[in-house]
Amino acid sequence: MKWSQIEHALRKEFGPKILKWTVHNKKRIYVDIDRVQLVSFSRFLFETLQARFIIASGLDTPRNGIEILYHFDFLHLPQVLSLRVFIGKPDLAVDSIAAVIKGAEWIEREIAELLGIRFINHPNPAHLILPEDWPEGVYPLRRDS
Amino acid sequence: MSEIIPIGPYHPLQEEPEFFRLHVEGEKVVKLDIDIGYNHRGIEKLAESKSWDQVVFLLERICGICSTSHPAASVRAMEDLAEIEAPDRAQFIRTVICELERIHSHLLWLGLAGHFLGYNTVWMWAWKYRETVCDIFEKITGNRQSYAMFKAGGVRRDFQEGDIPWIRSCLEGLKPAVDMFRGAVMDDPVIHARTKGIGVLTPQQAKAYCVVGPIARASGIAIDVRKDDPYFAYDRVQFNSIVLQEGDVFARAAVRILETAESMHIIEQCLRQMKPGPVDLHVKALPPGEGIGRAEAPRGEVFHFIVSDGSNFPVRYKVRAPSYVNIFSNEAACVHYDVADAALILAAMDPCYCCSERMVAIDMDSGRSRLSGNDLLRLSHEKTEKIRNRMPAI
Repeated sequence: MKWSQIEHALRKEFGPKILKWTVHNKKRIYVDIDRVQLVSFSRFLFETLQARFIIASGLDTPRNGIEILYHFDFLHLPQVLSLRVFIGKPDLAVDSIAAVIKGAEWIEREIAELLGIRFINHPNPAHLILPEDWPEGVYPLRRDS
Repeated sequence: MSEIIPIGPYHPLQEEPEFFRLHVEGEKVVKLDIDIGYNHRGIEKLAESKSWDQVVFLLERICGICSTSHPAASVRAMEDLAEIEAPDRAQFIRTVICELERIHSHLLWLGLAGHFLGYNTVWMWAWKYRETVCDIFEKITGNRQSYAMFKAGGVRRDFQEGDIPWIRSCLEGLKPAVDMFRGAVMDDPVIHARTKGIGVLTPQQAKAYCVVGPIARASGIAIDVRKDDPYFAYDRVQFNSIVLQEGDVFARAAVRILETAESMHIIEQCLRQMKPGPVDLHVKALPPGEGIGRAEAPRGEVFHFIVSDGSNFPVRYKVRAPSYVNIFSNEAACVHYDVADAALILAAMDPCYCCSERMVAIDMDSGRSRLSGNDLLRLSHEKTEKIRNRMPAI
């Protein structure tokens, strides 16, 4: 599949649900979506377009919320597509994509404990890298901690 | 009723402490729980307090074996952010360093796999030949490990006159050794019996767990950052990306052995094509924005995501090492196989994991230890011996 076909398929499927489409350069594309679209967008990428989930990264922003980027790539293509989801405070929760993409299970657990995001319907929301006796409500990657 | 065999988390020989809980029924593994985080160093947080120049040194310390993979992804991320490209000669030098590292890492793994199987000659020989690669590193970078060669916009040291013919002569000596391994390991009927059809990860499982590197390529998934998103000088050299279909321990070993030969081929081409010239752009500052860098480490894709506000320090530094996804797939690869195979399957993921002597089987009723780590290594050796004795004289 060519990149132009992937872009076309995404625009056709999601159209106005894509809030912003930023081309940093021809290999790095950032797509902003609303958090309610996350699971259907990820499912379309992973199952229909056969994308590979690379990892997610969270960032505590000065805009009173946390931003999560879900990075995907495609077989034999140089492009990395990063899905950007903004989660405004105080309701720091988003649907888990681990039911669709098994490989996302660990990183969601990691983001949950480092940034304090609640992943709704996560299959195993246990501690991953912080100790079991880590104090509740302390999130190392939060700006206010 | 199943018993639980805890493995890990610490052992002085392994660089990555992990804790595996094998649930076994009789001889069969029925379930695996994995715990990580025993050696969480907070490097992402620490990176926010380092200047862009210092960050590369910090990241080089993530892994003690493939120490240059993280700097490779890091400088790519910074160059993606600043939209710059390092000079040609620097790109060739970076490629040579990355491929030398792949050779020494794969030889190290091969040695360990040999040890787990009870083939200590393979262990000794593989590590002996790895020394040659460490010697090359020592001469051209000053260090046998953590070479401190990469920086945004170039490399820190140029190759000296005389280095290139010397590297070439060292590699000439290494070639027959790698060929010997190819024959000794890939044609050995006992190794076939111990590793073929063991620890199979199907292409569907490999995709679901998002595995990378030799684990993905051994399961028929043709991903390789060097081919898919060429960086440094990889678009100017010819090489094969080794892809096999079986998905078992043997396929993972074969991918690594065949890749070692390809790496030597890549280095030769780089040395031939390198022209004199500058090796550094002397970058003074990075602009605000986001950058993504990827590199194909010996264990698979390393992924870095950075956010800059234009100051001298990263706002956010995200690192995804290949073992992070590969280790998780053990959950699927270990189930339905013998306990005697577990150490080998876990080791075949190459998470630098060699703590089998920490294994202890506990009787769930009494809580008493029944099987020590050395016993499990012995089980693996005995299984090899049994197979060897059943074979007609070789």
